[in-house]
Amino acid sequence: MNSEILGVVITFLITVLLAYPLGKYISKVFKGERTLTDFMNPVEKFFFRVCGINPTESMNWKQFLKAMLTINMLWLVYAFFLLIFQHKLPLNPDGNPGQTPDLAFNTAISFLVNCNLQHYSGESGLTYFTQLFVITFLQFVSAATGIAALVAVFNGLKEKTTENLGNFWSIFTKSITRVLLPLCIIAAIFLAFNGSPTSYDGKDSIVTLQGDSVQVSRGPAAGMIAIKHLGTNGGGWFGVNSAHPLENPNYFTNMLEMVIQVLIPVAMIFALGFYINRRKLSKVIFGVMTIGLLCLLIPTIITEINGNPAIEKLGVAQPTGAMEGKEVRFGPAASGYWSIVTTIISTGSVNSMHDSSMPMSGMMQLLGMMINAFYGGCGVGILNYLIYLIIAVFISGLMVGRTPEFMGHKVEAREVKIASLVMLLSAFLVKAFTALAAYMVAHHPEIAWQVKPGAWLNNPSYHGFSEMLYEFTSANANNGSGFEGLGDNNIFWNVTTGIVLILARFLPIIGPVAIIGLLAKKKFVPESPGTLRTDSWTFGMMTFAVIIVFNALSFFPALALGPIAEYFSMH
Amino acid sequence: MSKHKRTIRLFEPALVGKAVKQSFVKLSPRLMVKNPVMFTVEIGTAVMLAVTLYQLFTGDNSQGALWYNITIFTILLLTVLFANFAEALAEARGKAQAESLRRTREDTPAKKVFTVGEMYVNEVKVVPSSQLRKGDFFICEAGDVIPMDGEIVEGIATIDESAITGESAPVIRESGGDKSSVTGGTKVLSDKIKVKVTTEPGESFLDKMIALVEGASRQKTPNEIALTILLAAFTLIFIIVCVTLKPFADYANTPITIAAFISLFVCLIPTTIGGLLSAIGIAGMDRALRANVIAKSGKAVETAGDIDVLLLDKTGTITIGNRKATNFWPADGIETTDFISNCVFASLADQTPEGKSIVELAGEKNINAKQLPANTRMIEFTAETRSSGVDLPDGIKIRKGAFDAIKNIASSNGSSFPKETEARVNQIASNGGTPLVVAVNNKVQGVIELQDIIKPGIQERFERLRKMGVKTVMVTGDNPLTAKYIAEKAGVDDFIAEAKPEDKMNYIRKEQQSGKLVAMMGDGTNDAPALAQADVGVAMNSGTQAAKEAGNMVDLDNDPTKLIEVVEIGKQLLITRGTLTTFSIANDVAKYFAIVPALFIASIPALQALNIMGLKSPESAILSAIIFNAIIIPLLIPLALKGVKYRPIGASALLRRNLLIYGLGGVIVPFIGIKLIDMALGLFM
Repeated sequence: MNSEILGVVITFLITVLLAYPLGKYISKVFKGERTLTDFMNPVEKFFFRVCGINPTESMNWKQFLKAMLTINMLWLVYAFFLLIFQHKLPLNPDGNPGQTPDLAFNTAISFLVNCNLQHYSGESGLTYFTQLFVITFLQFVSAATGIAALVAVFNGLKEKTTENLGNFWSIFTKSITRVLLPLCIIAAIFLAFNGSPTSYDGKDSIVTLQGDSVQVSRGPAAGMIAIKHLGTNGGGWFGVNSAHPLENPNYFTNMLEMVIQVLIPVAMIFALGFYINRRKLSKVIFGVMTIGLLCLLIPTIITEINGNPAIEKLGVAQPTGAMEGKEVRFGPAASGYWSIVTTIISTGSVNSMHDSSMPMSGMMQLLGMMINAFYGGCGVGILNYLIYLIIAVFISGLMVGRTPEFMGHKVEAREVKIASLVMLLSAFLVKAFTALAAYMVAHHPEIAWQVKPGAWLNNPSYHGFSEMLYEFTSANANNGSGFEGLGDNNIFWNVTTGIVLILARFLPIIGPVAIIGLLAKKKFVPESPGTLRTDSWTFGMMTFAVIIVFNALSFFPALALGPIAEYFSMH
Repeated sequence: MSKHKRTIRLFEPALVGKAVKQSFVKLSPRLMVKNPVMFTVEIGTAVMLAVTLYQLFTGDNSQGALWYNITIFTILLLTVLFANFAEALAEARGKAQAESLRRTREDTPAKKVFTVGEMYVNEVKVVPSSQLRKGDFFICEAGDVIPMDGEIVEGIATIDESAITGESAPVIRESGGDKSSVTGGTKVLSDKIKVKVTTEPGESFLDKMIALVEGASRQKTPNEIALTILLAAFTLIFIIVCVTLKPFADYANTPITIAAFISLFVCLIPTTIGGLLSAIGIAGMDRALRANVIAKSGKAVETAGDIDVLLLDKTGTITIGNRKATNFWPADGIETTDFISNCVFASLADQTPEGKSIVELAGEKNINAKQLPANTRMIEFTAETRSSGVDLPDGIKIRKGAFDAIKNIASSNGSSFPKETEARVNQIASNGGTPLVVAVNNKVQGVIELQDIIKPGIQERFERLRKMGVKTVMVTGDNPLTAKYIAEKAGVDDFIAEAKPEDKMNYIRKEQQSGKLVAMMGDGTNDAPALAQADVGVAMNSGTQAAKEAGNMVDLDNDPTKLIEVVEIGKQLLITRGTLTTFSIANDVAKYFAIVPALFIASIPALQALNIMGLKSPESAILSAIIFNAIIIPLLIPLALKGVKYRPIGASALLRRNLLIYGLGGVIVPFIGIKLIDMALGLFM
C-alpha cells in the first residue's frame, strides 16, 4: 500500500516541478520574449499571411470574444457534417458507419467545448479520418481557445488601464505552436515507445492464451492520447479510455498521463504570476487549489484502499482495496488519484470505472466537477476561479469597509452581476436537467423513446440518481468523464447534454473575460494600507470559503439523495 | 462648554409603536417588490395562506395537519413583519433625529424688509417665517430667533447656535468673509444683522436630509445595488434548489408538502441580510446626522469610507486657531527688558491674536503693558509693507514685521542686519515658528518667536487615519520650512505650503488622476470649486452659501476634524452590510442539516445520520429552522442600527476577525439556536 501512495506523491511532485518552469516559459511566449521555440516564427507568420490576419492588431474584450466565438461556431458546423458523413470519407479500414444527427450534434459540441463526453465508442463510432481531423483537431483548438481566453485576462490584469486584451488570433496560434504541439510531440513519443499504437491498419486479430480469437482495434492513437491529456480534453481513442491496455499500457504511462493532464492547468497559474508580475498571487491561488485537491483526494484514496464495506460484511478480505472496475496494473491509490485529478481538471479521461467507485469517492468526483476550479481545465480553470474570486472580493471588501477592489480596479454592480450569473448558471444547468431526467424516470418510464427512460439506469435508487447527476455535472463542467451505467446514446441524453455543454462552455468564458475587460477599462486605484490585498493568505482562505459554501448550498440536496444516501446505507 | 447629545434609545417606546404600525403598512406588495429577497418570502406567505384556507374549507389533510400549516404561515408572516419592522424602526429613529432639528425651525416671526414698503423704502414688517422666499431680506436683533437659513449682508452679531450644534459657546457671524452664514432656529445674542434668505422653504439641507431618511428620495447606493444583485442571485439559486427538489423527491418516492418546500426556501434565502439591508443604510445616514453631519446623499456617506486622501486646513484643524508668541530674542547689545517693552509698545494697538499674545507673554515675564502716550500714531499692517507698529510722539518709530520687510527697512536706511538675529530668524523658521523682527528707528532690536500650537490629541487621530489607509495632507499659507516642521510634528503625511486656493484644486485633481478618492473640508467661497471637485466635500455650516452648495455634506458643528468621524461612519456602513451578509449565508449550513434529513427521513432512513443536531421530529426540525430564521432578524436589529464597529487594524486582520466572528459564528450559532428551539418545541409537541 505504501508504495502505491508513494507513487501518487511522486506523480504530484513531478507535475509541480515541471509546471513551474513551464509557467515561466508560457509567460515568456505570450510576452513576446525570446524562447526556445522561436523557430516556429515562420510557421506562424505563414498562417497569418495566408489568413490575412494582422497579429499585432489590438482587440477590446468584445472584439476578442467575437473572434473567438465566430471561429468556434465554424468548427462546430465543420465537425458536425464530417461526423455524419464519415463513412463516405477515406481512412475507414474497419468500415464504421456515419453518426446519427443527434449523436453527431452531441459529439461535435462535446469536443468543441473541450469536454469530450462520449456517447459512442471510438472503436466503432468513428473512423481514423474523423478521429484525426475532427476529434484530435478539436482537442487542439479547444484547449488553445481556453488558453487564449485566459491570456486575454492576463493582459487585462497586466496593465493599469487598458482596453486591449491582445489579439485572439495571435494568442490562439501561439498556444498551439509554442505550447500544445511541442509538448504533445514529446508525450506522444513516450507513449508510442511504451506500446500505444500509431498505425493506420485496421483491426488485428489475435488468439488469446485461452484459445479465443479476439479482434483488437488499432489506429494512430498515441498522438491523440497525448493531446487528450495535455489539452485536458479526455476523450479516449478507445471506448474504455485510459483503462484500455493500448491507451495506457503500464504504470509508467499511467504516471505520464496523470502528469501531463495536470501540467498545463498548474503551469497557467504560475504563468499568471510571471506574466502580471504578481508571484505572490499565483502562489496563493496555487495553494488554495492544492488544498482543495487534497480535501477531495485524501478521502477518496482512503476509501478506495479500505475496500467495499458491503463485501467486507460478507466476510471477504480485500487486501488490495476496492478493485471493482479498476485495473490491476494501477491499483486503488493511483486509480483514486486519477479519478480526482481528472474530475477537478475537466479532463474526464478515466483509468477506472467511476461507476464502481465507492459512494464517498463518487461524491468527491462530483464535487470536483461542481467546483471545477481546483486547477481546472486548460485556461478555463483559472477563469472559473476568477468568478469565485470576484464574489469573494466583493463580500470581503464590504467586510473591511471599503468599496471592493481587485488588482486596483473597483468591483461594482456590473461585475457582480456577471459573476453572479455565471455562478448561478452551473447550479441551474446541473440541477434543472437532472431534475428533468429524474422526472422522466419517475413519471414517464415507459415513454416510447429509442431507449425508454425506465431503462436508462443500470442501477435503480440512489446510485441511479448519482448516474444522472454525474452525467449532467460532467457536461456542465465540460469534464467529459462518465459515471457510466447510463444508457446515454439516445436523443434525450445527446440533446440535453449537448445544450448543457455549449452553454456551460461559452458563458463561463464570456463572463470572466467581460469582467476583466470592464475592470481593465476603469481607472486604476493604487493600493493603500486600507486596501484588502488579494494576494494574501487571508484572502485565499476567504475565496476557499466562498467556493465551498457556494457549492455546498447549491448542491447539498442533490448530493444527499445520491452519494450521501448511498454512503449511509452502506455503513 | 457643554455638549448636549441628542441620543435616542434603541427601542424608544414611542418609535417602536410607530414602527409596528409601519411594518403592516409596508406589507403592500408595491413597497415589498423593492426588496426582492423579502418579496419572495411574502409570496411564500401568501401561498401558505392559500393552503391553509383551502384546508379549512375542504378539510383535505394531504398537506399536513392544519395547526402545523397555520403555524408555518404565522411564522412566515412574522418573518416579513420583522424585516419591515427593522426598516420602519430605522426610519422612525432617523425621522425623530431630524425632527428634533426641524423643531428649531417652526414658524417664527420674521422681520422682513420690503425694499418698497407701504410707507417707506426698506420698511420692516413682521411676517411668519413661512412667507419668506429665497432672495428676501430680514432683520434680526438681539434676542431674535433667525427664521430661515441665510447669509448676512450687513452687520456682525454673536449667535447662539446651540440648538443646532449643541455647543453652548456663542459664535460670531459677520457679513462678507467666510463666516457670513446663519442657520434658521439659531438665536442672535447681540447686535443687529440684515440677512438674505438663501433657500426656499422646505428645501434647506435639513429638509433634504429628512427626506432621505424618510425613504421618499432614498436612492440605493452603488454598493447597495451590487449587494442586492448578489442577494438576488442567491435567492435564484435557492429557487432552483427548491423547484428541482420536487422531481428529485418524486424519483426517491418521497412526498414533500407545500409547507416543507416553502419553509426550506425561506430558510435558505438570505432573509437576515435581506430584511436588514435598508435598515442598515438608513441607520448609516442617521449616525451621520447624530455626529451633526448632514449628508446630501447616502452615497456621500458610503464614499467617505473609501477616502484615500484627506485635505485639512492647518489653522483650526491641526493647530489651535492662531500663532502665539513664545519667546523674545533681543539682538546682541540690547537689554532684554528694553526689547520686550518695545515689543509691547508695537503690539498694544495690534488687535490681532498674535499681537495680543505678545502682550500676554510680556505680562508673564512681568513687563506689564504701559499706556501708550497720547498722539501715538498707529501704523496698520498692510500687505505691501508687511509690517506694523507705532510712531510715538517723541519720534521713536517701532516696527515689527516679516524678516525681509524689516530687512528692507533697515538696509534702505543704511543699518546692517545683526548676524545673530538673522541666524535666530532662520532657526525659528526651521522649527516651524514665525519670526517677527522688531526694529526701533530702523535699527533691528531682535526678534519675537511665534509658534503654532498643535492641538492636543491630533497626532493620535492622524495615526488612526494612517492605519485606515488614509493619507492626510495639511494645507497652509506658511512657507515650506514652517509647514514641513508642523507637518512632521503633527504627523501628517504631506503638506501644501504657501497654498493658494487653486493649489488645493490642483492637488485634488492630481490625486484623483492617480485614482484616489479625496475628501476635504472648507468654508470659504474660494473653497467652493475644490469642495465640488473633491469626492467628499464637507462644508462647515458657518461657511458661505457657495461652499455649502458645492460640498456634499454640511457639518453643523464646524469642527474640522469631523472628517475623521465621517470616514469611520462610511466604513462602518459597508462593514455592517458585509458581515451580516456573511452571517446570513453561513446560517444556511445549519438549516440544511435541519431540513434535508427532515424531508427525506421517511423514505431514506439512512439520512438520519445527517440529523447531527438530533432534532426530535421532521415537523419540529422544520419549525425550529424557520422560527430561528424569523427571530434572528429582530435579534440583529440592534447590531444593524448601531453598526459593526470599525477597527483600524489593517484590512487582512480585519477580514480575519470578521470572518471568524460572522462567518464561523454564522455557521455555529444556528446549530445551537435551532437545537434550543427544538428542545423548547418538544415541551408542546
